[in-house]
Amino acid sequence: MNHAWTLTLFRLRLAMRNRAFLIFGIIIPLAFLFLFSAVFASKGGPAVAYVLASVLAMSVMGSFWGLSQQLVIFREQGILRRFRLAPLDAGTMLASGIFSNLILMVPGIAVEIAVARWVLHMDRVGNLLSVFVLSGLGAVTFAALGLVVASVANSMMETQVINQILWLGFLLLSGVAIPLPSLPAWLQQVALFLPATYLVTGLQRALIEYVPLQRLGGEVASLGGCAILAFFVCRQIFRWEPEEKVPRQAKLWVAAALIPFLLLGAWESSRGGRLGEARTILRSTFAERPAQQRDAAAPPPGEKR
Amino acid sequence: MSDAIVQVRDLTKSYGDVVALRGVSFEITQGEIFGLLGPNGAGKTTTIEILEGMRLADGGTATVCGLNPQSGGAEFKRTIGAVLQSTSLPDKMRVAEALSLFAQLYGRRADTGGLLGRFGLEEKRHAFYGKLSGGQKQRLAIALALVNEPQVVFLDEPTAGLDPQVRREIYDIIEELRRDRKTVLLTTHYIEEAERLCDRVAIVDHGQVIAHGTPRELKQRSAGTTRIEVSLAHAAADGDLRALEGVTDCRAVDSRYVLHSTRPPQTIVALVKHLESSQNELQSLEMAAPSLEDVFIELTGRRLRE
Repeated sequence: MNHAWTLTLFRLRLAMRNRAFLIFGIIIPLAFLFLFSAVFASKGGPAVAYVLASVLAMSVMGSFWGLSQQLVIFREQGILRRFRLAPLDAGTMLASGIFSNLILMVPGIAVEIAVARWVLHMDRVGNLLSVFVLSGLGAVTFAALGLVVASVANSMMETQVINQILWLGFLLLSGVAIPLPSLPAWLQQVALFLPATYLVTGLQRALIEYVPLQRLGGEVASLGGCAILAFFVCRQIFRWEPEEKVPRQAKLWVAAALIPFLLLGAWESSRGGRLGEARTILRSTFAERPAQQRDAAAPPPGEKR
Repeated sequence: MSDAIVQVRDLTKSYGDVVALRGVSFEITQGEIFGLLGPNGAGKTTTIEILEGMRLADGGTATVCGLNPQSGGAEFKRTIGAVLQSTSLPDKMRVAEALSLFAQLYGRRADTGGLLGRFGLEEKRHAFYGKLSGGQKQRLAIALALVNEPQVVFLDEPTAGLDPQVRREIYDIIEELRRDRKTVLLTTHYIEEAERLCDRVAIVDHGQVIAHGTPRELKQRSAGTTRIEVSLAHAAADGDLRALEGVTDCRAVDSRYVLHSTRPPQTIVALVKHLESSQNELQSLEMAAPSLEDVFIELTGRRLRE
């Protein structure tokens, strides 16, 4: 544990010296917050909270990119093999990456909430404990998933291709970029199998409906379960050496990491509650807008009738 | 019972169809500087990385301070220090931070100031790793290898790619390790390095130790002879040159001829006469006492750097 903390501090120092942290951790999420707010929540109110949930989810999911790329760079440049000489195991190395990522994410999340509240006039801050716990769990989950990708990919280019595909999938299908109820019905069913969906819907419930942590059991369990399994998997298939081949069983391990979401997706699909909640939140959020009070017939933005 | 601190017995290792080690064996005693000398691809790095616990041997045994590198765990890692041939640190890591971090990983409080002074890095204390020169990076790598005060130090080609000035600085550091009674295994393809630094040398080629002993013992193979290296305008038959007065051995190496002679003046006179009679021409001639390179040429018929 001591080693994990030592390495976490070291990674934090490195991150603070990297402009990418400021750009991708603070500036770009804020730019999206302003952009989405201008388009969907120009009059402030609860719509800002809806937009904020998407931007927070995007920031949290960013853990997926940064950590996987860093691990591949460390491996390709021979940095990992230098650390391998020290009395360290793969789990410590990986855990330090996840811890530092989690710590680095907190200021970004706080700034986004503060800007939404005081600059964009969000009329509610939701249940902040739930927001921070879900964000933290999400950061751990997506960081661990990114480490799985980095452990499977053989090069930086491969990592980027895999990340792009997964990232776009998460972004477009989970409710981050397009509200979940606006997707075709069959895509909504697909979304139930994605970890990002549970993060987005959980953040929406916490921010807009003040849902306390104890009522976010499904989201916490799904993200937490995935985090534990993904960490276990990336630890199993971790490679210190650039020329080390991906073990054959790696694909099986990766498939194992998807099991909780297959089970959860199947369960949610049969239950149908999550999609219903997403529709209710979207409708109630945008129905509160004064413009919509004057024109009750107008559908919420993007929602299909 | 052997007093060897490093024991290597019949190590074998293949990478797919490529056989890297074909039964390498040697021992290193406490406080000894032992060199693995051989050309690129001879199996030196594979051997040293097996001893560092970085690679798994296909066969044979290796122990360092009685510990198996593969199963020795943290105890083994605390016992050794190593400079790897291809390694790096993050560009934005400062020199003093690197020393402090690795010391902490070994559960020690680094004498950062002492190490920086010893390796001439005081002025670079706050410099980023990415801004260091090749020589400074290598000095830092050696400092990091010593941060845990290891019993055995592995140096894999510690001077490869460095200019002669920096190389001499690294030699001084290794000499200092000798004074500290550290046990050192170093790999090199520089003859000068092996002759100057190593108490004993194993010459490695094609995954096998083809000779070992002190540099003096190895050079005894060519004892009493002088090395005469000549280049000629036209190729000559090996047999013709071997037949010259005083010549004990003759090999064609890189379009030059390396002769070993017990009577150099007579050999040179005979060589000139032979060239005149065969309408050939002497382009250059160098004479030297035999080196480990000559031993390698004798054993393999090739130069070390081929």
